[in-house]
Amino acid sequence: MWKTVLRRSLLMIPQLFILSIIVFALGKMMPGDPFTGLITPDIDPLRIAELKEKAGLNDPIPVQYKNWMVRILRDGDFGKSYTYKMQVSTLIGARAVNTLWLSLLTLILTYLIAIPLGIYAGRYQGSPFDKGVIIYNFISFAIPTFVLSLIFLLIFGYKLAWFPTTGSVEIGVQKGTFAYVLSKLHYMILPAITAAVLRTAGTIQYLRNEVIDAKTQDYVKTARSKGVPIDKVYTHHIFRNSLLPIAAFFGFTITGLLSGSIFIETIFSYSGMGELFISAINSRDYAVMNALVLLFGFLTLTGSLLSDIIMTAVDPRIRIE
Amino acid sequence: MEDEKILEIKDLHTAFRFQDEYFDAIDDVSLSLYKNEVLAIVGESGCGKSTIANSIVGLHDKNFTKTSGEIIYNGENVLNYSEDQYNKIRGKEIGFIFQDPLASLNPLHKIGIQIEESLIYHTNLNKGQRHERMLQLLDQVGIINPKRIANQFPHQLSGGMRQRVLIAIALSCKPKIIIADEPTTALDVTIQAQILDLLTELQDEINAGIILITHDLGVVAQMSDRVAVMYAGQIVEYAETKELFSNPLHPYTRSLLQSIPQADSVGEELHVIKGMVPSLKNLVREGCRFAPRIPWILESEHEKSPMLNEVSKNHFVRCTCWKNFHFRDDGGY
Amino acid sequence: MSFLEINDLKVHFPIRGGVLNTIKDHVYAVDGVSFSIDEGKTYGLIGESGSGKTTIGKAIVGLEEPTDGEILYYGQQVNKKRLRKKVNYNREVQMIFQDVLSSLDPKKRVRDIIAEPIRNYEKLTENQELEKILTLLNIVGMPPDALYKYPHEFSGGQRQRIGVSRAVAVNPKLIVADEPVSALDLSVQAQILNFLKMIQKDFNLSYLFISHDLGVVKHMCDYIYIMYRGRFVETGTREDIYNNPQHIYTKKLVAAIPEIDVENREALRRNRIKVEQEYSEKESLFYDQNGRVFDLVQLSDTHYVAIKNKEDLQDVENSIA
Repeated sequence: MWKTVLRRSLLMIPQLFILSIIVFALGKMMPGDPFTGLITPDIDPLRIAELKEKAGLNDPIPVQYKNWMVRILRDGDFGKSYTYKMQVSTLIGARAVNTLWLSLLTLILTYLIAIPLGIYAGRYQGSPFDKGVIIYNFISFAIPTFVLSLIFLLIFGYKLAWFPTTGSVEIGVQKGTFAYVLSKLHYMILPAITAAVLRTAGTIQYLRNEVIDAKTQDYVKTARSKGVPIDKVYTHHIFRNSLLPIAAFFGFTITGLLSGSIFIETIFSYSGMGELFISAINSRDYAVMNALVLLFGFLTLTGSLLSDIIMTAVDPRIRIE
Repeated sequence: MEDEKILEIKDLHTAFRFQDEYFDAIDDVSLSLYKNEVLAIVGESGCGKSTIANSIVGLHDKNFTKTSGEIIYNGENVLNYSEDQYNKIRGKEIGFIFQDPLASLNPLHKIGIQIEESLIYHTNLNKGQRHERMLQLLDQVGIINPKRIANQFPHQLSGGMRQRVLIAIALSCKPKIIIADEPTTALDVTIQAQILDLLTELQDEINAGIILITHDLGVVAQMSDRVAVMYAGQIVEYAETKELFSNPLHPYTRSLLQSIPQADSVGEELHVIKGMVPSLKNLVREGCRFAPRIPWILESEHEKSPMLNEVSKNHFVRCTCWKNFHFRDDGGY
Repeated sequence: MSFLEINDLKVHFPIRGGVLNTIKDHVYAVDGVSFSIDEGKTYGLIGESGSGKTTIGKAIVGLEEPTDGEILYYGQQVNKKRLRKKVNYNREVQMIFQDVLSSLDPKKRVRDIIAEPIRNYEKLTENQELEKILTLLNIVGMPPDALYKYPHEFSGGQRQRIGVSRAVAVNPKLIVADEPVSALDLSVQAQILNFLKMIQKDFNLSYLFISHDLGVVKHMCDYIYIMYRGRFVETGTREDIYNNPQHIYTKKLVAAIPEIDVENREALRRNRIKVEQEYSEKESLFYDQNGRVFDLVQLSDTHYVAIKNKEDLQDVENSIA
C-alpha cells in the first residue's frame, strides 16, 4: 500500500505542474492587472507603466511563468501580494490557520448533527422523526448559503447578540492567552454552525439510505438469527457498515471544507483563505490567487488520496495494490 | 427417525402488507419436525417456503407482516413471543443457514468474531473459552486451519469455506433445530455435495432436526427424510421422501418431476407447466390453486375448498384433482 | 462441417502493482484451449465458478480480447475487431446471458430491443422490420402486445425469451449461451430449454452452452468440455463424460450431481467419498507441480482426457466400448 501512496504522490507532481500552467494562463487572461485599480486622474500613467515594468508584467508570458516557477521551486517564494504588501506564504499561512480551525469545528458540528439524525431516521424509517428529518434536509439543502447566513447573523448576531458578526478574533486580546483561544472560538461558532447546517443534508441523506439498505442485508438477518438484540445489531453491524461511504468521502470533505468556506468566510468577514481568495480575485492579486489555486489543487489531490487510504483502513475488502 | 416431535406448525398464515392491504404469502401450512430428521420444503420461487422459515423465528418486519395459527416449540406458541423471548431461542435453540454465504457474513468483521458473537449472548463462557469453542467449531465444520481462518475476513474465503463458517455459526450453541434456507444454491456442484455431506455428518453428532428449504429436487432426494411440496403458499403434497419420489400424486409434484432435465430426458422435450405462477396479489384464493395450470382437468375433479387429505399412511395430498390426473401429450412451451 | 475453430486460445489478465504500476503477474483465465464448432450442434462448457468458461464465451463473441491463439471463422482470423467486421462475424455469433434483465436496456421497448441487431445488419423498411419482429415474437411464444412493453414488465422466463429472440433476429450461426437458465425456476427452465432446442432445428443453429448445471448440459449437449483452472480436463460426448469419466475432476463432478434417486442415496454418498479420496491420492497424475492441467490425450475418436501418462488410467481399455 505504501508503494501506492508513493506512486500517487509522485503522480501529483505532473498534475500540479499542469494545474500551475492553467492557473497562470487563466490569471493572465483576466482583464486588468494589479495596478488597474490604482488608476485615478491624478496618477501619472508613466508611473503605472514604470511599476508594471518593474514588476515584470511586460515580459513575455512564458518568461513570467518561468520566473514564477523558478522562485517557487528554488526559494519556496510564491511572490509578494500587491495589495497586502507582504509575502504570499506568510499571508496565506496566517489565513490558513483560521480556515483550518473553522473547518475543523464545522466538520465536528456537521457530524454531530448528521450522524445521529441519519442513523435514527434510517432506523425508524417512516416515523414522524424520520419525516421531520426529511423536511429539515429539504430546507437545509435548498436554502442558499447567503440567505441562511444572513438569517443566522440577524438572529444570533444582532437580535440576540450572542456572537460577533465580523472578524475572527477580538481586537486587542493578547496572543497565546486562554482568553485569545476563547475569543477565537467565540468568533468561529456562528460561521461554523451555519456551514455545518448547510452541509448536513448530504451526510444525513447518505447515512439514512445506507441504514435503510443495511437493514435488509443478509448479514443483518444472520445477526438477528443468532439472537443478537436489535440495539446491538445496530451498534455492531449496521452502524459501522453504514458509515463506510461517509468515511470514503472524508478526504474530499476536508478538502471541500478548506477550499469551500469561501462564501461563509466572505459573508462573516472571517479572515480565512476563502475570504482572501475572493479579495485577491477582485484586486487581481495574481500572486495570491495563483498560490491559493495551487494550494486548493494540492488539497484536492491529497484529499482523494486520503479518502483511498481511509477506505483501506475501514473496509477490509479494499486493498490498494 | 426418533419419534420425538420438536416443532409443530399448525394452520400457519403469514400475510404481508402491500399498500395497506394484507395478502397471505402462506396459507394454512401445518408441518411437524422430529428430532434427528431432515424435513425438506420444496417449491419454486415465491411459493412461500422461505416465509415459513422466517415465521418460525419471527424475522419478519412486524410492521408489514401478520401471522396467525400456531408454531409450537417447547410447548409454547412462539408466535406470541416478544422480541426478547425470540432472542433467547434464535441462535441458541434454532440455528439458521442462509443461501448466500458471502452476503450473510458481515464484510467488516473477522470470521472468529462472527462465530463468537452468538456465544456471547447464549452462553456463560468467558472470552478465552469462547475463543476455544470458536476454534473447535471451525474444526468441526472441516476447516483445516481454524486459527488462520478465524483471523480472516469473509471476502478472503472461498464460497464453500464461507458456507462452512455459516454452518459453524448455526451449530455454535448445539441447536435442536437447524433451518437451512437454500444452503447450497450459490455453490458449485462439487462444493454443494461436500456441504450437504457435512450437514448430514453434523446432524448425526448433535441429533438436531433440520428443515431444508430448497428448489432442487435432487437435493431433496439425497438429503431429506420427509418432504413438503409447496405451491402458491400452500402445501400440496407432504410425504416421506421415498414415497414421494416413487409415488408422486399431486399434479404439481408430478409436473415438476417431469420437467427436470435428467439422464433419460435426453433428446426429448421436457415437460412444461402451462401458464405462470400467480403473484401474491393476483392469486385466486378460492378453489384449487393449481387448477389454472392444468386447464384440461375438469372443474368437477377439483375440490371446492381443497384440503390436505391423507391418502395413504403419512402421505398427504391437497385437492382431489390428482385422482384422475393425466398429462397432456402436446408438451409444448 | 465445422465453421468455427478455436486454436490454443489464451486469455490472460494482468495483475498490476508496485510503484510504477507495472505488470507483476497474470491471471490465466483461459490458458490454451482448442475446439471447433459444427453446424447445428450443441456444445457444453462445464466448470466451476472462476474456471474460465465465461471468458471463453466472451472471447468468442469478441467481448474479450484473446492474449494469444486463433479464432478462425471459415479459416479467417477473427480475433480483432477489424477482422470481425470484415467477415460480418458479429452478426453470425450472438450471445445470451444469465442475467437477462441487465442485458436488456430498461429504457427501451421490446420492439426496439429486438430491432437493434436488425437495424445494425439489415436494411429493412419499417413495415418489414415490424413484420420480422412479430414473427420472432411469435416463434418465442410471446403475444404481439409485448412489442410496446418494457423489460421490467415481464417475468424472468419471458425476458429470457426476449433475449433469445434478439439473438436469433439476424439468423446467426452460433449462439453462445452463458448460464441461460440458471436464474430460472424449474418449470420455466424447461420451457426455455425446449424452446432453444426447437429453434435450433428451425434455424440450423449451433449452441455453445456454458453452465455449471450438469443435468442441463447433459440434456442439451452433443459434445461436452469440462474445464478446470482455464484448461480442458476432459472432453467427449455425453456418454463419454457421464458414463465413462476418466479425469479425477470429472469423476468428482459427476459424483456430486444430486440425482433423483432416493433408493441408492447411501451408495451414491459412499461413491462420492470414494471419489473424493481418489482425487486427493491421484492429484499428481492429473496436475503438474504448479497445479496446471496437463495437455489432452486421446482415448477414443471422441474422448480426450488431460493426463501426464495415458498408462496411468486404469480400466480405461476395458470400459471403452
